[in-house]
Amino acid sequence: MSDHFPALIIVVPLLSAFLIAATGWIRRMLCFPIAVFAMAVSLYSAVALLLKVVSNGQVIYHLGGWSPPWGIAYHIDYLNSIVLIVVAAVAFINLLATRSSVALEFPEKLGPFYALYVLFVTGLLGIVVTGDAFNLYVLLEIAALTGYALLGMGEGRAPLASLNYVFMGTIGASFYLLGIGYLYLATGSLNMADIAALLPEIYHSKVVLLAFIICMTGLFIKMAMFPLHLWLPDAYAYSPSASISLIAPLTTKVMVYVMIRIALTVFTPRFTFASLKVSTSFVWLAAIAIVMASILALSQRSVKKMLAYIIIAEVGYMVGGLWLGNRNGITGAILHIINDAAMTLCVFLAAGNLLFKLKHDSFDHLKGVFRKMPFSMAALVIGALSIIGVPPTCGFFSKWYLIWGGIDAGQYGFVAALIFSSLVNVVLFFRIFEIGFFEPAQEHHSSDSTPVEEAPIEMLVPLMVVAALLIVLGFYTDDIVNNIIRFAIPAGIT
Amino acid sequence: MDDILSILISKYNYWGYIILMMVGLYAMIIKKNLVKKIIGMSIMQTAIIFFYVSVGVKKNATIPIITHGHNGAADIVRASDYINPLPHVLMLTAIVVAVATLGVALALAIKVYRHYDTLEEDEIHDFLKKQVE
Repeated sequence: MSDHFPALIIVVPLLSAFLIAATGWIRRMLCFPIAVFAMAVSLYSAVALLLKVVSNGQVIYHLGGWSPPWGIAYHIDYLNSIVLIVVAAVAFINLLATRSSVALEFPEKLGPFYALYVLFVTGLLGIVVTGDAFNLYVLLEIAALTGYALLGMGEGRAPLASLNYVFMGTIGASFYLLGIGYLYLATGSLNMADIAALLPEIYHSKVVLLAFIICMTGLFIKMAMFPLHLWLPDAYAYSPSASISLIAPLTTKVMVYVMIRIALTVFTPRFTFASLKVSTSFVWLAAIAIVMASILALSQRSVKKMLAYIIIAEVGYMVGGLWLGNRNGITGAILHIINDAAMTLCVFLAAGNLLFKLKHDSFDHLKGVFRKMPFSMAALVIGALSIIGVPPTCGFFSKWYLIWGGIDAGQYGFVAALIFSSLVNVVLFFRIFEIGFFEPAQEHHSSDSTPVEEAPIEMLVPLMVVAALLIVLGFYTDDIVNNIIRFAIPAGIT
Repeated sequence: MDDILSILISKYNYWGYIILMMVGLYAMIIKKNLVKKIIGMSIMQTAIIFFYVSVGVKKNATIPIITHGHNGAADIVRASDYINPLPHVLMLTAIVVAVATLGVALALAIKVYRHYDTLEEDEIHDFLKKQVE
């Protein structure tokens, strides 16, 4: 049983998705427990795999017993075991946290919603766990297609925003597929480890260069890197909050993981950083992304849209961190995948709670909200402090590593962009806090009489757990870096 | 000049896929009608499928089924006699993905049409502007 965790982590949610779709027709109340069961199994397998990796090193699983060049292998090493836990944990917590808002928003569609939810997580877990480049494409599309559907389930502008996301996402995935095609043309293999072993002899080939550029372009679209980010704000702002608090923390982060995987494992660091002279320009692109996304965030008047632009800035952090090409920068990028998933989950769950009670998330509706919803707002404050990067919270530590890496690499433009974005985040969040704390609610003239109208307790408890997790992650940063991330970075990088 | 011409002619399959892909991208970017955009998306995905299929083609080769047994040196399997089946098999999956994407896109287009009564992007934007005012 324990030998098969790499397969179970995919198979259990995949089969549960079909089970949920079927039970949705018969007995709608059973959908949620089955989804919880599937996510719990995934989380358990992810934790077991991490422990296994920490004690024994890399785990390689051959699906169906076929060995790599012919069969599909699942590789679990330090890098993806930690990302696996992030994906499984975010999915599990979000599932528990959004139960009431799902029941409110789609009372008739519980079956389809949970089936899509579980399939989406299956796709992401598969992307992370697989060691086969084409397998990755298929799972990428599973995650993307279910993501489009989850976003498109909303009312109003959601289907249009989701359709634009379909166009952009398909271009991104097609570019990735094309890049893999060129790699296959050059090496005759689709297994990542195999490609990495075959590539060094043909590093100077134009085909390999083209494969790399096309792959990266596709992934940049998928992760909403700044000039290619246009699909993200609308898709995230107009969609149901239950799906967005799942998709926002995970999609971009998993795509950043894929970028790191392609850049460091498939194309080795020697190709990516030494023989290919693009690192500096990518870091500058990331710096521009951070600055522009922060400025665009300033002009937004609703909480969700502002958060969407903050996510685009955060993607810039991670891309820049990788392309700094030194140990601190990459540590910061990997650490930021973990921290940013937790922070984004926290702020989007809080925004979901606000939306659940207030029905609007524009800034004008937030007056007096601190009195009305003290706990949700407290969690939002912690999430905000983490995004800004205030010390005890986890956001500080990844930003610290990124800035350190930027100074090591002599990329002061990137360092300046990081600091600028932190300052902008202060302005962004304190504007919300000011409106929520000092401006009295409209309907009550004396603010003392505003009754506390919190979201239901089953939405609050997971939110509080996530908020506490931000601080816990901050305290354990050293352990995460020394025991896991240190080994995730290839040896050649100093 | 002759070199360029011979490259153009000998690699015609790649030129074919590039042109198709650009047609698809052009339609997705320029066209204002959502269904035309969806058609462009489909064309682009098909272009990539063509690319993979053309990678797998070999002249004077046959399907990869060994019919003559394994007895003796005379019957040694020569790789040049057989087409590599892998790209084609991969494309079966990619076709399924493309069909699924098309389905999702069309379903969303229906939802958009029900909400705005039009599939022209300009009209939708006008509608949204009026809503804001």
